[in-house]
Amino acid sequence: MNDLARYERRRRIMYGWMLLSPALILLSLFAFIPSAMTFWSSLFSRGTRRNPSEFVGAGNYELLFADPTFSKVVVNNLIYAGVTIPVSIIIALAMALWANSKIPARGFVRTAYFTPTILPMIAAANIWLFFYTPGLGVLDQIGALFGFASVNWLGRPETALWAVIIVTIWKEAGFFMIFYLAALQTIPPDLKEAADIEGTSRWTYTRRVVLPLLMPTTIFVAVNALINSVKLIDHLFILTKGGPSDASKLVLYYIWELAFAFFDRPQAAALTVMVLAVLGVTAAIKFIILDRRTHYQ
Amino acid sequence: MTDPFVHVESVEKRWNGQLGVEDIYLSIPRGSFVALLGPSGCGKSTTLRLLAGLETPDSGRIIIGGRDVTASPAAERGLSMVFQSYALFPHLDVAENVLFGLKVRRVPRAEQREKLAQALEMTGLTGLETRKPGQISGGQRQRVALARAIVAGHPLCLMDEPLSNLDAKLRHSVRRDIKKLQRDLGMTVIYVTHDQTEAMSMADMVVLMKDGRIEQAGKPVELYETPASTFVAGFVGSPPMAFMDAALLPAGLTSAGLDAVYGVRPEHLDLTQAGDGMLQAVITHCEYMGSETFLSFDVPGSSGLTVRLPGEVRRSVGEAAGLTFDLSNLHAFDRNTGYRLPR
Repeated sequence: MNDLARYERRRRIMYGWMLLSPALILLSLFAFIPSAMTFWSSLFSRGTRRNPSEFVGAGNYELLFADPTFSKVVVNNLIYAGVTIPVSIIIALAMALWANSKIPARGFVRTAYFTPTILPMIAAANIWLFFYTPGLGVLDQIGALFGFASVNWLGRPETALWAVIIVTIWKEAGFFMIFYLAALQTIPPDLKEAADIEGTSRWTYTRRVVLPLLMPTTIFVAVNALINSVKLIDHLFILTKGGPSDASKLVLYYIWELAFAFFDRPQAAALTVMVLAVLGVTAAIKFIILDRRTHYQ
Repeated sequence: MTDPFVHVESVEKRWNGQLGVEDIYLSIPRGSFVALLGPSGCGKSTTLRLLAGLETPDSGRIIIGGRDVTASPAAERGLSMVFQSYALFPHLDVAENVLFGLKVRRVPRAEQREKLAQALEMTGLTGLETRKPGQISGGQRQRVALARAIVAGHPLCLMDEPLSNLDAKLRHSVRRDIKKLQRDLGMTVIYVTHDQTEAMSMADMVVLMKDGRIEQAGKPVELYETPASTFVAGFVGSPPMAFMDAALLPAGLTSAGLDAVYGVRPEHLDLTQAGDGMLQAVITHCEYMGSETFLSFDVPGSSGLTVRLPGEVRRSVGEAAGLTFDLSNLHAFDRNTGYRLPR
């Protein structure tokens, strides 16, 4: 009997590992091991024919902090994240609230909002390239109607980053709207009726009932937006290539440059490690703080 | 008599030409308990929603407390409502759910606290203030919905099948609680249900609806003893009234002749020896209920013949028996229209 119990126990443990193994193997192979290897290689200097690679500890990190491009890129990325995250969330929420109400051609509105999401970022960037092109572009043509001078939106340091930010918001908001739309449809309509009977205005109802019930979605979307603000750089290759004079360069683009344009792999590795650390900590804080104030059904 | 508190006049509502309700006339005195009763799809919930202001009637007038509110939004009608699903806000705790309306209307804090304590006390929820709806039982949720409805002190409370999500035992006790609340607060309650027991036991006035129209409205005893149609007779009472063709009855019994259908309540039927009595029948069901036993019979030309006998009755299915009844207890209905015929 006792043997049987022990056998059963072992069998359950085996089951546990078997169920765990696909995720474990895939994550190890493509996430954990590469991260560890990146960290390891960030501790060595760049090897050339004359100077073989050697252990430098935090040397690569020190070099980065001394690099003016690094601080420029970090500031750029902070602005980029600080604008794209809240703005795309607010626009997504507004569009979802609108597309969820009783309006004519509701299906069309939803599809229209979602279209940017279907496009690959490269294609979207090409469309916007056409919008931004000085002289020929749609923006300039509209501007010309009102007598404004032609502006090289992507070619001026003051406007380049903002032009990139707008493309990102345009691309992301429709995607986030879908999540909000799905969440809105899980709110039972009789909550609105109960609120109506109490004489609740539409704004009060939205603020006191709808927004709190959308909090889980907001957290999910915010974390996604945060990750995208670091991850989504495809359009930079088409629109600005980080220029002019690094005005629109973001961290991941800089990592790519370090690794594949300047062939400074250890520097790229060091920067990657820092990005991973910052992202990890931010996501953890977000989940912990917001979770406490969020109602999950 | 003074004007009725709630007055509904020839109200009609259709959706894309499909009938919701029509020809609704109601006259409800202050402080009464009215049950809107009927099978699903009969328009009772629509009627309630029209009263609440959640729907607007296509025609007709609704007057509450002497004021024409036909076109007023829900909030201006001075009423509260208990939803079938309770419609509690899942992210707010019990206290905030109950106080939702008062907070929206910016009632002073002190008054809020006082009313909250009162409402929770009345519904037996004291101590659960900080729980979320997801953390309390179905019965407690139902009482939170009740507390939210009474906290504002509106004189009219609408309830849309408030007990249908509770189990049978709880339903019985909550039924009494609701009735007691209504009496203590002097509220006028309009209560939608499909359960005739609920309607009969709680209401001062029962409005039985069918296919979007009122079939009969009156005191429970009126519906039971003088049903206006075969539909009412078959809906009210458990087990319902049995119906027989005129041909089964002794000739010359009625002036209505063969065009009538006759109804008889189970308690007015008596069992006799096979061969005796007015009808010869075969037992098809025997239901033992503890204090009484229901015997069902099959007689060609009749439906639903049931006898109510006290205690346990040992009769087996398939046995032959005779049935007898007092002719004065018969109800006569028109065979074609189903309406009650004068005796």
